Amino acid sequence: MKNRLSRRFNDPSIASSDITPEQVWVNRRTLLASGLGMAAAGLTGGAARTHAKELTGLDYRVAPEGPPVGEALTPFADVTQYNNFYEFGTDKSDPAQYAHEMTTDPWTVSVGGLVNKPGKLHLEDILSGFDLEERIYRFRCVEAWSMVVPWIGFPLAKLLQRFEPTSDARFVRFRTLYRPSEMRGTRSFTAVIDWPYQEGLRIDEAMHPLTLMTVGLYGKTLPNQSGAPLRLIVPWKYGFKSIKSIVAIDLLDEQPETSWQRLAPHEYGFYSNVNPEVDHPRWSQRFERRLPSSLFKPNRIPTQLFNGYAEQVAKLYAGMDLRRYY
Amino acid sequence: MINTSTESSPMTTWLLGPGVRVLVFMVLSLPFLNLLWGVLSGALGPDPAERLMHVTGEWAMRVLVLVLLGRPLAQHGWPRLFRYRRMLGLFVFFYGTVHLLVFAQVYIGWRWELLLEELAERPYVFVGAAAWLGLLPLAVTSTDQWRRRLRQHWRRLHQLVYPVTILACCHIWWLARSDVGDALVYAALTGLLLGWRLQRFITKVLRSRKPSC
Repeated sequence: MKNRLSRRFNDPSIASSDITPEQVWVNRRTLLASGLGMAAAGLTGGAARTHAKELTGLDYRVAPEGPPVGEALTPFADVTQYNNFYEFGTDKSDPAQYAHEMTTDPWTVSVGGLVNKPGKLHLEDILSGFDLEERIYRFRCVEAWSMVVPWIGFPLAKLLQRFEPTSDARFVRFRTLYRPSEMRGTRSFTAVIDWPYQEGLRIDEAMHPLTLMTVGLYGKTLPNQSGAPLRLIVPWKYGFKSIKSIVAIDLLDEQPETSWQRLAPHEYGFYSNVNPEVDHPRWSQRFERRLPSSLFKPNRIPTQLFNGYAEQVAKLYAGMDLRRYY
Repeated sequence: MINTSTESSPMTTWLLGPGVRVLVFMVLSLPFLNLLWGVLSGALGPDPAERLMHVTGEWAMRVLVLVLLGRPLAQHGWPRLFRYRRMLGLFVFFYGTVHLLVFAQVYIGWRWELLLEELAERPYVFVGAAAWLGLLPLAVTSTDQWRRRLRQHWRRLHQLVYPVTILACCHIWWLARSDVGDALVYAALTGLLLGWRLQRFITKVLRSRKPSC
């Protein structure tokens, strides 16, 4: 259904619900409701795994180059069941188990700050307002594990250009949804993160062609635990920079604080570029476990500078001391 | 004569005696067997290392809390746990050792130069290793033979469990990243149990001094 919505240029100030024929979105709601019903049935039946919402197939241009040479894709099940999304709990399996409690339709992303045309993007605009393409990227977590994932999305630059950043805009700040009633991890008394989760990029990083606004993986819309409906992927930075379930994007003239930086500034910097030479204070970053890993074949491989994307991005940091700006 | 008391029926005697011992052993083995099954069947997910480290470390700590709980409970009329302290202590050592082996296998790939680097640069690795080294002599001297051989020194040696507990708490505390819940629970429990001993120790010292002044 979403596939057949015609590609159109959206005026960001007009909600798509105003344009979309009512029958179409009423149908979508019914579909969603029935999906929820199934999820509830699954719960009472004791099967905790299956309440993933129904993922929709996306219309996209397939990555011509395929996965990086000699590196296999991490299977879909692993990509979607081993996640860090602390809004749903700190255990790797918590997001897959509890993220279904988050409502992602309707969804609105507000874009503001130093832009000429502040406005909003709705779920429909996000899923069908941009030409989607597949990008197969390495994904390296700061915890020293990594995956190879076929993401689907569009360059962040395309999104930002629609709202016309002013010449003063030097940084971009992103915020994740913060809705305690649907995010049990944020209700934990001992969690020390200052919600909502917040991340940031320098404007040249944000405009870099590798920086992807991501709406799907493995050919379908993102499951909630992977950051539905819209997340960032910055492949040369540690995974926590690739903020999930974005509801606000603001252009600023000064460097925004990020959640992890606020929590432990000596451990997490603003840049957080993947760098085997700069250790996390509590563990080495020289190696990573490429998932799936096993006890007897840990699949431990050396980590590459900028996660292997140095050729494309090193020039962004020319002359910078990467130890100081970690 | 008909014995109506259930206390002395052979079944009950067995259950309260060796039966409980076997049961405790089985219960404490379960987490390990479960992990072993997970490793062999792939049920631990795409990154078993993390799960293995977490679960083995957690059980070492949980059983350590049980060990420390033994004496205060015995003091208050429930000596059963205290009777199993050797087995419990050996379980602490066992889970700690598996924890260490997984670290060597997955995190440093048995490369000693990496181990030295980790020890030098990362305090939580250092205190974790120190805690394990503290447990080692306790496990070795846990036999009756060693206990007889060491006589009064045995008790003093086994008080090493107190610094080991403090090191283990530091290890957990330094590992916590964004949610300090677990670390707080262990710190509170062991703080309470060590505090109880400290208080008794102080009272004892004060009492023994009284007559002399």
